[in-house]
Amino acid sequence: MTILLFGVTKDIIGTPTLSIPTANFTGNKTLKTVGDLRRFLTNGYPELAKLTSLAIAVNNNYAKDTEPINSYDEIALIPPVSGG
Amino acid sequence: MNPSRYLRQTSLIGFGAINQNKLLQAKVLVVGLGGLGVPIAQYLNAMGVGTIGIVENDVIALHNLQRQVLYAENEVGAPKLAVGLKKLQGQNTNTKFIPFNTYLNATNALEIIAQFDVVVDATDNFGTRYLINDACVILNKPFVYGALHGFEGQISVFNFKNGPTYRCLFPHPPKQDSIPDCNVNGILGVLPGIIGTLQALEVIKVITDIGEPLTGKLLLYDGLTQQTRSIQFKRQASSTKISQLKAAYETPDCVNDLDTITIEEFLRLKTPFDLWDVREPSEFKDFHLPNAINVPLGQLQNRLNELSTINYTYLVCQSGKRSATAYQKIKAHKPNAKVINVSGGINHYLHHYGNS
Repeated sequence: MTILLFGVTKDIIGTPTLSIPTANFTGNKTLKTVGDLRRFLTNGYPELAKLTSLAIAVNNNYAKDTEPINSYDEIALIPPVSGG
Repeated sequence: MNPSRYLRQTSLIGFGAINQNKLLQAKVLVVGLGGLGVPIAQYLNAMGVGTIGIVENDVIALHNLQRQVLYAENEVGAPKLAVGLKKLQGQNTNTKFIPFNTYLNATNALEIIAQFDVVVDATDNFGTRYLINDACVILNKPFVYGALHGFEGQISVFNFKNGPTYRCLFPHPPKQDSIPDCNVNGILGVLPGIIGTLQALEVIKVITDIGEPLTGKLLLYDGLTQQTRSIQFKRQASSTKISQLKAAYETPDCVNDLDTITIEEFLRLKTPFDLWDVREPSEFKDFHLPNAINVPLGQLQNRLNELSTINYTYLVCQSGKRSATAYQKIKAHKPNAKVINVSGGINHYLHHYGNS
């Protein structure tokens, strides 16, 4: 699954895109929803957990945590930005 | 007015005299005359928007000049509003300007915004953004949003024809310090020019009803790759039930209730004191006041026990914004701490006392 990073998430993870497996080696799907993905990412990158406000889009549509995800989906992490 | 002034627009198929007249009738409020606000105001003014309100209370700093292209070197230290208005009025003498020499806050926001048809968010902090959002929802006004981070920008049109709002994307302000705020991180000079002009274009579309305004869509712009991406989102009932403003929005610009002295008063101090410079180490290394201790804002929480219980500790940063935030943080943890904010910061010092 490809994850596009915007704003401060790009700074935290240090790359503009991230590719992560959605299934484990036995083929069982481990990340089923946006909420699963959110937990997976905040475990792997504790700095992300500090972002109390982080929108996630699936295939260019704003998604709630209950939304299902698939390996072919394109995900975007969109934090609020502030500069002007 | 000379009818040929807007010939290039009135002769444009799909725009024409009808839409030019809509611009003339329109009242647009630009909140902030900084990196985003400058190109927004210049283009709306040039294109013939009849009434433009501007909310701004800052002074021009040397480090503004790389992106706020309305201002000149010999205007550093002067108020943005007065300098900007003079130039804008010269650019188009037909425009009616309504200046607000203040920051937008929970007390004045509704009264100011009620006078306009469209609001443009050209601010640099989350507190004012959420304030604009809530006031526009209450008053049923559309607002055109733009904001920057590094080489990226976001643009959208909120609360337009019952469309989604800023809170439908980001329901609550981020926890303080989780996201860089108040221009503490860098901005490539041309970026606000690009995002600001895109905002100006959206304002024109909202006023004239041409094309497809970015309502229900968040445009993400990446200057490094020249890629744009549009994210669709919907209005959320839970985020749009707003009947009154909150008592306060976390606006570092709007801090009134803090102990503050000017740099001039600070320099005349005769009593012993401590001086904490809350900027980043690189800024501190470039220049700092004598005897200052560098306590970057991010480290403040872990170093509160270093605060003197005997002397007053004065807080300074580049412009006075971060030191105001530092003041509030210290007071939040230690309400009796003996701290005082130095307003205007290093900018003010360098402007009045030079680099010597």
